[in-house]
Order: sequence, then structure tokens, then C-alpha cells
Amino acid sequence: MTRLSPARIALYVISALVLVYLILPVLIIVPISFSSARFLTFPPPSLSLRWYQQYFSNSAWMQATRVTLMVALLTVVIATPLGVSAAYAISQSKLRIMRLVHMMLLLPLVVPIIITAVGIFFVYARVGLVATLPGLVLANVMLGLPYVVISVLAGLQSFDPAQEMVARSLGMDRLRSFFAVTLPQIKSSVVAGGIFAFISAMDETIVALFISGGQYQPLTKRMFTALRDEIDPTIAAISTLMTAASFMLVLLASTRQKKSG
Amino acid sequence: MPDSSQKHQRREHGLMLALVSPALLVILLLIVLPVGWLAWQSIYHDGFTLENYRRIFTEDIYWRSFALTFEISLAVTVLALLLGYPVAYLANAVPKGWSIVILALVVLPFWTSVLVRAYAWLALLQRTGVINQLLRYLDMIGEPLALVHNTFGTVVATVHILLPFMVLPLYATMQKIPADLMQAGASLGASPSLTFVRVFLPLSLPGVLAGCTMVFVLCLGFYITPELLGGGRTVMVSMLVSRNVELYNQFGAASAVAVVLLVSVLLIFVAVSRFISLDRMLGQK
Repeated sequence: MTRLSPARIALYVISALVLVYLILPVLIIVPISFSSARFLTFPPPSLSLRWYQQYFSNSAWMQATRVTLMVALLTVVIATPLGVSAAYAISQSKLRIMRLVHMMLLLPLVVPIIITAVGIFFVYARVGLVATLPGLVLANVMLGLPYVVISVLAGLQSFDPAQEMVARSLGMDRLRSFFAVTLPQIKSSVVAGGIFAFISAMDETIVALFISGGQYQPLTKRMFTALRDEIDPTIAAISTLMTAASFMLVLLASTRQKKSG
Repeated sequence: MPDSSQKHQRREHGLMLALVSPALLVILLLIVLPVGWLAWQSIYHDGFTLENYRRIFTEDIYWRSFALTFEISLAVTVLALLLGYPVAYLANAVPKGWSIVILALVVLPFWTSVLVRAYAWLALLQRTGVINQLLRYLDMIGEPLALVHNTFGTVVATVHILLPFMVLPLYATMQKIPADLMQAGASLGASPSLTFVRVFLPLSLPGVLAGCTMVFVLCLGFYITPELLGGGRTVMVSMLVSRNVELYNQFGAASAVAVVLLVSVLLIFVAVSRFISLDRMLGQK
């Protein structure tokens, strides 16, 4: 009876429409990227790989892709250990100040990104880090830290610290007991946190707009400039590839997180 | 013995502080210092000055931009709530397999680059875009509609990007509402709609608050979407900041606008954190 009430039907219809609204724009870029047309026409007149070809044969796009991948990789390599050690200390320590530290590590999610971007630009301009690779990596480490901290703290919540105590009472030193006992149990959330930091660095645009330049411009910055000037279907091809990469990484991260419970 | 245990505790504290310090240092150098710098720059230029703030509060263009930003953020929040609530409700009411499917569809665009989605909306909404072409093909319109490069396009794309921030906290809150309570309501003779309004809706309010706060605050600082879809006419606060830096070299003005924006955001967070915990809100992404 309740199953077919008008309210129930309305709920289904509205939800379905909302889900279409959410998904359709993400999917629409795929047919556009395979279209042969110079300008947007829908449905595409014929299929072609020319925009993918254009992307892979353009040295500026390729250089930007290399920068993006390098920055994202370095970000993970630096942000993950920093985030793990901070999360470990926050969860183990009884110090009052840790609450404040925890809040501060979440700041990059709270401060509007445009403000962070302009602020970093001013500071970088003073110390000569504008348009450099280290500058770009450092900014992305800062932006990626909250994801690692949140993910690892969630993993540590289901871990019993007494186990590490046991290992230590059996004669292991602190560092070894962490690597032998604690880390294997929170491994999944560490990997998930790292993947989120990677995606965050791969997608980051606004800070890059202000502080990157010269040969160290990530893909997103070039895409933004290209989008502001004209709509080039090459961007559809890049978008499709980026989206596919993000989805695969998220899938990987979420199966990881499920394992850690 | 108390002496040695005290020493042990001090060493323990020292170790823990050492473990958080690298991450903390990155945060201090790359967000606390830069934001502090902005704040300083907004009041100091060859001496102390409040000129930058006076301009914000008196000059029309600043004032209009702040008003527009709050209006858009409010509209986006209300729309996201209206669209997000039914989806979260449904995800909570269907069997587990289906709810995973629904949540996956919600989270999917969440992890797509904001730029990619801006491009997608341009492709859909522009004069020669998919929607206009479809409507012309169906003979429903003669002239293409102006769907983008205006506030309409900005709002449509912004709601799209922020909707997951509404659905996820709503779903998390709804999941914790015990089904027994609904049954109790029904067994006492209340109709499904009455049980919903009197029992379910009030219990879901913490989720509503969390979702609305996230969406509103994130929207206040939105930059890429209005820049690409607003067509230069929808000047949100974030664009004031960037234009003052990039076009006019007005660092003081940019800093003052940034400070006002940041203070607004922080005040909202502080106000809301009296009702729900902040890390629960931020833990959604």
C-alpha cells in the first residue's frame, strides 16, 4: 500500500531527476571528446580520435601533464608521512593542545581557497618561490594534509593502542613497534589518505593560477586559461582522461577504506 | 618512582609534539602566515590605514558584489537542500544494495575536477550547446536561450558541484534515526506524512544544518565556476580578490576583501559549531 502512494512515486521521480542532473554533465564530455566536429554539435556527426591525438601530440599539454603528475606524486610522498605522524600523535597524546593542533591541520578545508591562493602568492613573491616546482609541491602538500589526517585518524579509531604497548613491553622500541604492529593495521586508511591527497593535487587549480608559471604550469592551469578563451574540444579529451583517472583512484581508495573498516 | 614516571611522561609529550610538528610547520608557513600577511597588508601601507575597509563598505561595486555573493550562496543552499533531501531520504529508505548505488552516483561527480564540470556545463548550456540544440530540434524554441554566461548558469553549475556536500551529511544523520521511532509513530495511528513531519524531519535537522553550512560557506568562496560560467557579469567576492591582484595591482584592497570574506566564513563556522561538531562536518569529503 505505502509502496505506491503518490508521495512515494514523487520521491522516486524527483530523486531520479536529481541523480540524472548529477551524472549527466560528467558523462556528456565523453561523447564530445570522441566527436569529429570542431564546434560543439550534438549528437556528434562522426566519431574520431582527433582531440586525443591533438592532446598527445601537443608539447605544451604534455609538459603540463608531466608537471601535474610530478607534483601530485611528490605531494603524496611528502604529505602522507607528515599526515600519518601527526594523526598518530593526535590520537595517542593526552595533551590538551592536540585539539587545537587537530583544528589547525583542518584549516586548509576551512579557509576559502582563493584567500589561501592570494596569501601564498604574496609570501612566495617575497621568497622567490613563484613559478617554481618546490613552491607548487609545498602548496599542494599543505592542501593535501587534511585528507591524510582525516583518513588516518578514522583508521586509528578502530585500532587498540594497547597492542602497541604489548609489543613495546616485549622489548621492541617505539619506532619498530609502530611499523610492526600499528602501521599494518591502519595501512588501508594510510593508502586511502595518500590517494585523496594525490587527487586533490591533480585537481588543484586556484592556487596554481596564482603561483605557477613558466615551465611549471600544471594541466589545470592551462585548462582554465583555455576555457576562458575558447572552448576547444581538446579539453573534452583531457577531461575524459582526468575523470577516468580520478574514478579509478577513488575506487581504489574506497575499497581500501572498506577493508580497514 | 613518581619522579621517573613524570620524566617518562614529559618524554612522551615531547615525542608527540615532535611528531605533529612537521605537519604543523607546513600549515603555519603556508596558510597561517600567508593569511596573517593578508590581514597585515589590508591595514598597513606606508603606515596604518583603514582606507581599504572604508572603500569596501562605501564603494558600490564592492557592496554589490558582497550582496550578490550572499544572494547566490543562499539560493544555492536552498536549491541544494530541496534537491538533496529527497535523494538522501531515498538512499536511506531503500535496501542496502540500492543505497550504495545512489550514494555512488552522488559521490561520482564529487571526485571529478571542478574544471571538467565547468567545461561540461559550458558544453550543455551555451548558445550552440546540447540543451539549446535539443530544444531547437524539438521545435520548442526559435531563438537559443541564454543559459550561461550569467547568474543562471553560475547557479546551475554551482548547485551541481556542491550537492554532494548536502547529501552526504543528510544521509549520515538520517541513517542514525532509529526505524523503530517511525514504526512507533505509525502504530500510534499517525499517517506516514505526519510521522515524517513530526518525527523524521526534526531528527534530521542536524544533518540539514551541517549540509547547509558546508554548501553556503563553500559557495561564498567559489571562484572557478562563476569565473567561467558567469560571463564577467556575475562578479562574486572571490573574483574581486583575484581581479584586484591580477588586473589592478591593488593588493591592499584585495587583502581587505579577503579578510572580510574569511571573517564571514569563520563566524559562520563558529556559530554552527555550537550545535554540531566541526570535524564531523569537514570529515564528509
